[in-house]
Amino acid sequence: MILAVLTVAGMAAAMGLRNAVHCVLALTLGFTGVAALYLQLDAQFVGLTQIMVYVGAVAILIVFVIMMTHRSEPAAPPNFISLWTVGSAVAAAVFAVLAWAICASTASTQGLPPQPGVTVQQIGDALMHRFVLPLEIMGLLLTAALIGAVVIAMGHKEDMK
Amino acid sequence: MSSLQDYLLLSSLLFSIGFAGALIRRNAILVLVGIELMLNAANLNFIAFWRYGPAPAALTGIMFTIFSISIAAAEAAVGLGIILAVYRHFRTTDLNLMNSLKG
Repeated sequence: MILAVLTVAGMAAAMGLRNAVHCVLALTLGFTGVAALYLQLDAQFVGLTQIMVYVGAVAILIVFVIMMTHRSEPAAPPNFISLWTVGSAVAAAVFAVLAWAICASTASTQGLPPQPGVTVQQIGDALMHRFVLPLEIMGLLLTAALIGAVVIAMGHKEDMK
Repeated sequence: MSSLQDYLLLSSLLFSIGFAGALIRRNAILVLVGIELMLNAANLNFIAFWRYGPAPAALTGIMFTIFSISIAAAEAAVGLGIILAVYRHFRTTDLNLMNSLKG
């Protein structure tokens, strides 16, 4: 319960704060809260992966990009209030529909089954046997995405100082 | 926090927060952050369904989440690269000021 409140507070602050750097700081709090929820759900490997990838890599990457594009901090926009009202109304409607569907479902009220006790060795075995093709495709996708990101962000020769 | 319903409600709340942020914010980086929040909510759903599902020994939920986290990392890298390229052209990250595709 505390974890849930912490996660929701971090993510709401990440979306609500005005300064972009503060948003990323709150975002790391939210990511850490989600990782703690994974640990609570007996998925230790995924929780540690979440901390390494999101808190360690994605948040740092976002901070770098914010620092590189910092001088265009948008001032208080004139149509912010109406945009805020419409956007949050749509999001609240989405949440209401989702919550209604979850509460109406009978499958989601069952109790906790016994602890599965998954070890990292089992995960490695599954990755190397049953899920080896998705793993290779993922490696190819990551390589292509990182090379593509560098090429896109590099720009043309004459732009470089 | 003891039943599947609580986790599903929490993840739908996180999804709605990310969705609201992606709709409201005008900084392109923060819109990308909102998309990351929505992906996180989906991952939390995967793990919750895996934990409360009938066959947790099959590890499908964990595998799905690992691959989803990898895709989210690749998507963040490419998205931030695009934002940097657009910033170099328009000198801003405000989405309302990016109003032409041709440049």
